[in-house]
Amino acid sequence: MSVELPMNPAESEDENDEKGLTRGSFVKVAIGGMCVGYAGIIGYPIYRYLNSPVEKSAAMAAVSEVALKDADKLPLGTAMMFRFGPHPSMLIHHKDGSWVALDAVCTHLACTVQYHPEEDAIVCACHGGRYDSKTGENVSGPPPKPLTKFVAKVSPGSVVVTRA
Amino acid sequence: MVGNLKPGSKLYEWFNDRLGLDELVAFAQHKTVPVHKHSAWYYWGGISLFCFLVQLFTGVLLLIYYRPGPDAHESVRQITYDIHFGWLIRSVHNWSANGFLLSVFVHMFSVYFMKSYQKPREFGWWSGMALLMLGLLFGFSGYLLPMDDLAFFATKVGLEIPNSVPVVGPTIASLFRGGSEVGEQTVQRFFALHAVVLPLLYLPLLFVHLWLVQKHGMSLPPSEQEKPVAKLKTIPFFPNFLLKDLAMWLIAMNVIALMASLFPWQMGKAADPLAPAPPGIHPEWYFMSPFQLLKIMGNLMPGALGEGVGMGVFTLGLALWCLIPLYDTKSAGGKRARNATYFGLLALGLYIGTTIWGYVGL
Ligand code: FES
Repeated sequence: MSVELPMNPAESEDENDEKGLTRGSFVKVAIGGMCVGYAGIIGYPIYRYLNSPVEKSAAMAAVSEVALKDADKLPLGTAMMFRFGPHPSMLIHHKDGSWVALDAVCTHLACTVQYHPEEDAIVCACHGGRYDSKTGENVSGPPPKPLTKFVAKVSPGSVVVTRA
Repeated sequence: MVGNLKPGSKLYEWFNDRLGLDELVAFAQHKTVPVHKHSAWYYWGGISLFCFLVQLFTGVLLLIYYRPGPDAHESVRQITYDIHFGWLIRSVHNWSANGFLLSVFVHMFSVYFMKSYQKPREFGWWSGMALLMLGLLFGFSGYLLPMDDLAFFATKVGLEIPNSVPVVGPTIASLFRGGSEVGEQTVQRFFALHAVVLPLLYLPLLFVHLWLVQKHGMSLPPSEQEKPVAKLKTIPFFPNFLLKDLAMWLIAMNVIALMASLFPWQMGKAADPLAPAPPGIHPEWYFMSPFQLLKIMGNLMPGALGEGVGMGVFTLGLALWCLIPLYDTKSAGGKRARNATYFGLLALGLYIGTTIWGYVGL
């Protein structure tokens, strides 16, 4: 593609409409392009800078297995909290000896849920949501979905939790 | 886009009715900037303004990850090595700080030698001096924040200066330190000073300064004032001078970006009060001159006397420097005007001379 740039600015004024690219509009496009270039060069590092912790927690969220040291000593009928990546999660040792690991973030508005041993239920204090402590099923209150269930493998000295 | 915002267009009128664009346009069209062989000096105030804006911007970005107090060094280490482009933001903040003070000094000396402090611009000069002092305090308070060994000792040494002022000195120094030693408390205080107090003082003063420049217009150097009015050349401020100004800003930005990426700002080991001072410890270049002056005085007159005399000479010089608009009032080149110029040359020579001497003597 060859472009004719009129050398005399006075000429270019007259020819403005006839030719596709005059000196005036070329300069405009060039300056505009330069501005966009600078905005990108400045904007990209700033975006990455601000985004660093987001990337970090996304990487942590990708964790697919966590080993809980000495969690096998958890007494019957009690629960403990742990972090699965950045997420609060819960390990319950039921009275019948079974183990259940669940995501502890309420599916309603993201409060952290709590295990109530007396009622053997998982309760959310924010808006009164209730979940089944064995399956994570939402039984009453506002939560729309069950809690995500993980796989808990018990061995002497540790419990290993993995995504199902 | 911009095309639609031409006077007469619907969009323009919509804004004009509400914001009074016509007045702005008329104002911008009438403002002119003189053109002469010293015109290059007119840009330095603008360059320092640009550097200051960069400081505000990168400062806010650093604020996002910086943690004053016991975590200070670790958080700066994270910014420099863990956070994406953190090294760049930090480096730009440091280089632009140096660019800021450098352009402020050039601006000040050019104003001095063009005698732009004379009637009616006295308050421009004084507000400028106050801005310079605040700028130096910005530099001093910001230097400690990474809490590495150099910063630690530089601050210790720096706080010995108010400490040597009789009677009130030690109290002032302790208030700055927040105790008898430089530590977490000092970092917290300097941070409050650097990121809150100084900007709050600086910004209103900056607006006064800019408003005064605006009110009185660009001053003409004496050589131009003598010329007949018909011979004086000017260019319109808008868009001609503004475009040149912006071109300078672009150059300044590129220089800062280049320096920041080629010579990223380094970071020392965490400050350890029990470790000996690292060899060759010295202040930043803008404090080198008073540092060296005190050293010379200390060698000539050992003990507290040298420091006292050094401080005295320095304070006296600074006071004279500030009062120059009251001494040199005539625009014609009389004896006083010549004396003022000699004094300026002496000050500039001393400042540069002692700075070089300081670096050579390291
Ligand atoms: S957040 Fe749990 S019930 Fe609303």
